[in-house]
Parts: sequence; C-alpha cells; structure tokens
Amino acid sequence: MITLAGVSKIYDGLRVVDRLDLDIAAGSICVIVGPSGCGKSTTLRMVNALIAADEGRIIVNGQDVREADPASLRRGIGYVIQSAGLFPHWSIADNIATVPRLLGWPRDRIAARVAELIRLVGLDDGDMAQRRPHQLSGGQQQRVGVARALAADPPILLMDEPFGALDPVTRRALQDELIAIHRATAKTIVLVTHDMDEALKLGERIVVMEEGRIVQDGSPAAIATAPVNDLVRDFVGGEEAALRLLARGTVADVMRPPGATRQTATIEPGATLGVALARMVASGHGELGVRDEAGREIGVIALADLAPGRRP
Amino acid sequence: MSVATRRPLFIIAALFGALLLLLPFSGPLFHMLFPTLDRPLYSRASFLELTLSHVALVMAATAAATLIGVAAGIFVTRAAGRRARPLLLAVAAIGQTFPPVAVLAIMVPILGYGGGPTLVALFTYALLPIIANTITGLEGIDHNVRDAADGMGFTPTARLVQVDLPLAAPVIIAGIRTATIINVGTATIGSTVGALTLGSPIIEGLSGSNPAYIVQGALLAGLLAVLIDRSFELFAAA
Amino acid sequence: MMVVRNWILLLAALAATASLAAFGFLSYAPNRIVPGVARSLHEVAGDAVTVLAATALALALLCFLPQRRAVLLVAAAGLLMALGVLLFAAGHGATMLAATGVPAGRTSLGPAFWLALAAICLALIDTAEQAGLSALGRSLLIGAALAMLAGMAWSGLFDNLSLAREYHAHTDAFALEFRRHLTLVVLSAAISGAIGLPLGVMAFRDPRFGQRLFGVLGIVQTVPSIALFGLLIGPLSLLASTFPVLRQVGISGIGAAPALIALVLYSLLPLVRNTVAGLRSVPESVVEAASGSGMRAAQIMRQVMLPLALPVILSGFRIVVIQTIGLTVVAALIGAGGLGTFVFQGLGQNAIDLVLLGVIPTIVLALAGDVLFSLAAANLTQMP
Repeated sequence: MITLAGVSKIYDGLRVVDRLDLDIAAGSICVIVGPSGCGKSTTLRMVNALIAADEGRIIVNGQDVREADPASLRRGIGYVIQSAGLFPHWSIADNIATVPRLLGWPRDRIAARVAELIRLVGLDDGDMAQRRPHQLSGGQQQRVGVARALAADPPILLMDEPFGALDPVTRRALQDELIAIHRATAKTIVLVTHDMDEALKLGERIVVMEEGRIVQDGSPAAIATAPVNDLVRDFVGGEEAALRLLARGTVADVMRPPGATRQTATIEPGATLGVALARMVASGHGELGVRDEAGREIGVIALADLAPGRRP
Repeated sequence: MSVATRRPLFIIAALFGALLLLLPFSGPLFHMLFPTLDRPLYSRASFLELTLSHVALVMAATAAATLIGVAAGIFVTRAAGRRARPLLLAVAAIGQTFPPVAVLAIMVPILGYGGGPTLVALFTYALLPIIANTITGLEGIDHNVRDAADGMGFTPTARLVQVDLPLAAPVIIAGIRTATIINVGTATIGSTVGALTLGSPIIEGLSGSNPAYIVQGALLAGLLAVLIDRSFELFAAA
Repeated sequence: MMVVRNWILLLAALAATASLAAFGFLSYAPNRIVPGVARSLHEVAGDAVTVLAATALALALLCFLPQRRAVLLVAAAGLLMALGVLLFAAGHGATMLAATGVPAGRTSLGPAFWLALAAICLALIDTAEQAGLSALGRSLLIGAALAMLAGMAWSGLFDNLSLAREYHAHTDAFALEFRRHLTLVVLSAAISGAIGLPLGVMAFRDPRFGQRLFGVLGIVQTVPSIALFGLLIGPLSLLASTFPVLRQVGISGIGAAPALIALVLYSLLPLVRNTVAGLRSVPESVVEAASGSGMRAAQIMRQVMLPLALPVILSGFRIVVIQTIGLTVVAALIGAGGLGTFVFQGLGQNAIDLVLLGVIPTIVLALAGDVLFSLAAANLTQMP
C-alpha cells in the first residue's frame, strides 16, 4: 500500500531521514516510534507530500507521490495531527465535511456521511454537530479530528502523535476506539508516536527509528522480547517490556478450555492481559476462571498463558 | 547595536544636516525649478531657526507629558490610585480616537494663537499613549518576577525602581515614541495657529501658492520626523 | 463614620460646581468683532442653579454609600440629568440673551460650561466602568445622552448659540463638506483595503519582502501629514500639466487627488501590519490540517486563514478609519475640502465657532467609527 525506497530528507546538510526503506501492507496498523528528532514525523509527512523527499521514491497506492498533484493525493489520505487542528470558525459538522466538500460530493451524501461518522466516533449525543470546536473537550476534539480524516473513506490513515496531548484516561479510551475502528474499516494506518506503551498497544508492526534510520522493525512481541540494541531496550523499558506488552490482547485471546473444578478467582473474557495479571497478584491465585456475563465458566487462564510466546 | 544596523540613522542624520546647510544656498536651483516665482526661497525665518523651534516645541511637550504620564501610570497601578485606573485607561483610549488636529484646534479658543496653545495641545495629546503604555508595561510584568522580588524583601519603591520600571521600559519607550512622532506631525500643523515650525513654509506656500516653500518645508519636516523616529532605535537597543 | 467610597465622583461633582460658580457660563457679544462679556449661570438660568446644586449634592451624598451596582446606576442617572440640565441651561440662557440683546448679538459657550461638561462626562465614563456595564449598556448610555442632545437641538433650543448660528449660516456648505469628508474616508479605506490586503498576504508569505515593505511604509507613516500632502503636490501638478487628460478626470496638484493618495499611503501600514499579524495568529496546526486535508494554497487562504484573521484585520480597519477621519481634516489645507475647511477657515478668521463646527463633527465621526468597528470585532470574536 505504501512503499518508501531509499527516502532521505536533508536539512542544512543533516540527514533527518536517511535512506529509509519501508513497505507497509494494506490493512495493517504500523506504528513508527522513536525519540523526538528521530525523523519519524518527517517520514510520515513525506508520505502525504507535506514535505518533499530529497532522495528516493515514495509510492502510495501504486502512485509516485512526487508525480501526484499534492492536493488530490492528500484528499485520498486521512491525516490526523496531535492538536487536532480543527477549523475554529466552522461547526463540527463542517469540519468533518471538509474533504467531501473539497471533492464536490452532493449535499445529502455529505450530510449522511457526517452523521455516520459522528456515530462512529461516539459523539452522537445532542447538538454536537452544530457546536464549534472550542466548545469541545480535548478528547472530543481529537475524535472529530479522526472523523474528519475518515470522512471521504480514504484507504490510508496517517496519524502524527494523535493522542499525545490528551490525559491518560482519555488517551486509553481513544486508543481502544482506534482499534475498534480499524477492525471495522480495515484501513491502512500509519501512526507516529514517542510513547512505547502506545506503540506496543496499537501496533501490529512496530518500526523503531533513531537518527533518521530504522533500527528495528518487527512485531510488538519481537520488539519487547528481543530488542536489537540498548536504545530499543531502554525505549521498551528493559525487563518491564514484558509487562507493557500485556496491554495487547484480551483474556479471550489466550484462555484455555475450563477444567473440572471452578476457580475461586475470576475474570471477564474482555479484560486485557494486564488486568488478568493484576487480578492474579491481588488475589494470590496463579489461575483465574473466565466467566461470561451469565456467570458461566467458559475458560481458564494461568500465569504461564501470559508469556509472550503463547499469545497471538 | 552594531554599526551596520545604525547606518540608516547616520545616513538620515547626514542627509538632514546637509539639507539644512545647503537649502539657504539653493535659491538658484528653486528659481530654475519654479521660474515664475519672485522669491523662490523661504526667508521669513532661517531653516535652522525653524528646525530648532520645532524640535524645542516637540521635546518640551513630550518631556512634560512623559513626566506626568509615567507618574500617572505609576500612580494608578499602586494600591492608592487603583480606583482611578479604569477612568484613566478609558480616557486614554477614547482620547486617542480624537484627531490630533482637533485637539490643536480646540486649544485656540481656550489659549489663543501662537506657540503656547500648540505646546499645550502637544502635551495633552502625548499624555494619552504614554499613560496607556505605562499602565500596559507595568501590568505586563511576569507575575513570577514580581513575586520573586517581593519574596526577596524588596520594598515597594525599590521594586518599582529596580524591577518594575526597567522591565516595563521598552513598552513605555514605545509609547513615548508614538507620542513624539504624532507631536512632530501635529507641531507642523501648529503653524496654522501661529507656532514657528517647519510647517510654516508649507502653510505659507499653500496659502500663497508658492510650491517652492512647500517643497522646502516638506522635505525638512519629513526628514526630521524620520530622523527623530529612528533615534528611538538607539534606546531600544540599549 | 463617614467614609468617602467614590472620590472620583465626589471630585467631579465638586469641580463642576466650583467651575459653574467661578467662571462665565455663556459669553455674550453684541457683534462678531468685539470680545464677549462673561455671564454666569446664575445670571442666565437661575432655576438651573437650584436643580444642578441639588443634583450635585445628591451625587456627593452617593459617594458615601457602599458603591453597589444600584448606587452606581442611580449616580449614572443623576449625571445624565445634570448633563441634560446643563445643555438646557445653555440653550435657554442663549435664547434669553438673544431676546434682550441686539439681532447681531452672539452668545457662545463659556469656560464654566465646558469644564462642567468635561467633569460630567468623566464621571459618566468612570461610573460606567465601575458599574461594569456591558457593551450594550454603554451603548444605551451614550444613546441616551445623544438622544437628549439631538432632541434639544431639534426643538430649536440651541438656535441662539453662535455655534448653531454658524451652522445655520453654513447649512449647505456643511452638508457638502460633511459628505466630502465621509467620501474621502470611505474611498481611501476601500482603496487601501484593495491594496493593503493583497500586500499583507504577500508580506506574510514572503517575510523578506514584508520587512522591506514595513520599512518603506514605516517611513511614510512617520512623515507629517502636511509634508506628505505638500510633497505630492509638485509631482502631481507636473503630471497634470504634462498629460492634460489627467486634469480632465480631476487629477491635479491640489484637491482630492493628492489627498486621497496620501490618505491611502498612511492607511497601508496599519492594514498590512494587521493583516500579517492576523494571518500569523492562525494556529499552525489548523493550517497543517487544512493542507493535510488536501486544500490548495488559495483554498487555505480563502476558507481558513482569512476568516480566522478577520478580527485582527478588522481592527486594522478601525485604526485606519479613525486615523483617516483626522487626517482628512488636514487635507483641507491642500484644497481637498471636508470638515477641515471650517477648521482652517475659522482659525484664519479667528472665528472659534466655525472651528468648532468642523472639530465637533470630526470627533463625533471618529468616536462613531471606533464604536462601530469595536462592536463588529466583538461580534466576530464571540464566534470562533
């Protein structure tokens, strides 16, 4: 879907992005992570031609970015930035309708799409559509930012530190929603962050960058368990990386069939593995019964099941 | 401030000086330009005299306005004068919408003709931006700096002199600059009510259809204004 | 224990009372040449003395009460009443003096009137500030004062004041010059808008160009108005004599053409500066989002940046309009007409009332422009 081949960006003789090769498959979530100044944002902004590459080729959807008309190219790529960047003089509905309007959609199609997106990002209470951005909380604004990026149903979504300015609770909620949206829409998502927790939680594939180069590229489990150098090890938090990884996946993903005896300590199938571990620590039991809403035991999960190798 | 950035100031000063020196000898030139004029060179007063009178008028008015205006600005930002702050700010804001020439014209019925009413008009008008900027400057100081000064045991006066005023100085000086430039222009119009300034040749040229006078006065008045405005950059860099 | 809780109102009441007691309220002269004789308020309007004294006393007493909103509103009403009585006394006194004097007699307003008027106006401003009146409340207050003034003027109360006589003697000329003044202001604002906005956009996009532009415009702004008017006379008359066509369309060394050029030149700096400042104030994230959404440069400018910069640009127009109203007065010196005609004619003939005939509408125009643009800007900034 997106291919970068030997891409460089040079500022004042300095290679901010240095001969980068990257191939991102359709329908995946790829997280580019690294310390500030590593070139991750520059890389992202070269994909939608907000920054022109100095060397190499970038192919998006089979088209060379350099040869494309930048405005048309960008209308086909959703783009979400840290501070949302909503247009303060437009209503929420008008903000979401930005790209469809640029594309000249008929009015009723735009209205229907806006209503659908407001529902999708969970803002469908009351008169939200007619409010202005400054009347919304930071989390709500960023939801609108995501809706605006999805408006014209682009196959690709670029996200530049989308949740960086939010408080931890809101951030977690929006991360969960992004996972849900990805499942529902199968967009190709490229997300840039400096937060390894976020990368481990969201990424199907994680690309770690440093000084304009890729230092490691792999699955979250591979990054967490087998960092290639000290930088990546520090970045994933050393030994604690295994704990961070627990934010990925739920109990239902790894549970085994129930045994003969009912467990005294229990957990819901939808809980994250992190919650399961916490429950084990709190209850002092190494094994938990997984109960559905009706209280039926549908499986068991043991400490050993939390090890990275066991998980999908 | 480096020599390079000062250069425009020197050039303007040199230009003004040269003009002042050479104009008295430029009779033949203006005679050539305006052959129909009997007297092509303004002679009622020397250009040096006009310049000095103009500058003296502006400086006296602005200096007095600075003294009173800054004092008033300080007064209303202290506890004792806080009550008068809204009124003073409102008057400064409303007053600045009055055209300077209107203030000048109003002074005549009260004070008559000549340099006196011009001086009072310049003084009155100059007060407004100076008061407004003094208040803005003093209130724009970072809270933390003031708290730190208080915490270290500055007396109110010591804090005002050593902390508040130096920090507010750029804004206050900007107000004085605005006032001065307005005054240089208004003083020129002061010639219509009998003040002796570089506007005098212009006014006389306009009423007597003598374009040579107009050019002579306008060149000097324009350059003087630019020169005075640029001189403030010396303060800004200090 | 009596504590003064509003020393500004108290001072204003005392100052107004003292000046009314000490100075001449009106000045009467049998003709235009001899200097007038001062007449005190007591002489020309005895009843007004009683009413004003009672009002001043009541206002002074209010100063000892806790300054709640209700008290301040009562004070504002009292001040409005004092203003009305003062105006009425001036008109009534002039009528009386005219009835007893000769037909050529002239009654002008004396220092006591002006000082008392100033004290009342200052007290009104302060009371409005203290009461924390909203924009609407202020407008109502100003509206009430103006309505009172207009009503009295309409009823012919002021007809015997020399200012009104001067107006009646110049009705046609006044209408003409007033229109011409407004035309010059509106025209120069429109032209400078048409030039200044594109220049502002260019200066924003190319900071080096902007710096040079600001250098030039800064110098223009510094040059005294008469000097600039004067400097334009030479080249323009040269142009007009070289190309007679220009003269036919009304362009010559003196008159409206050099005035308009100078007014536009003066207007460019505030306009360009505010346009650039407005465009700079648009958050970078908003511009990035616009460009990331696939808007073209012109679309970003038109749909996002200019609308967001509008309040700041509007305040640039506010500065320009107020400034131009004043500068147009000076333009009368080069034959451009406008209200300045009366000012300089009056100054030349030592006819103070003629000066005021030009000055008062100028100030009213400037204040009206200020109020208009401030209201518009406030309306806009509420929106985003």
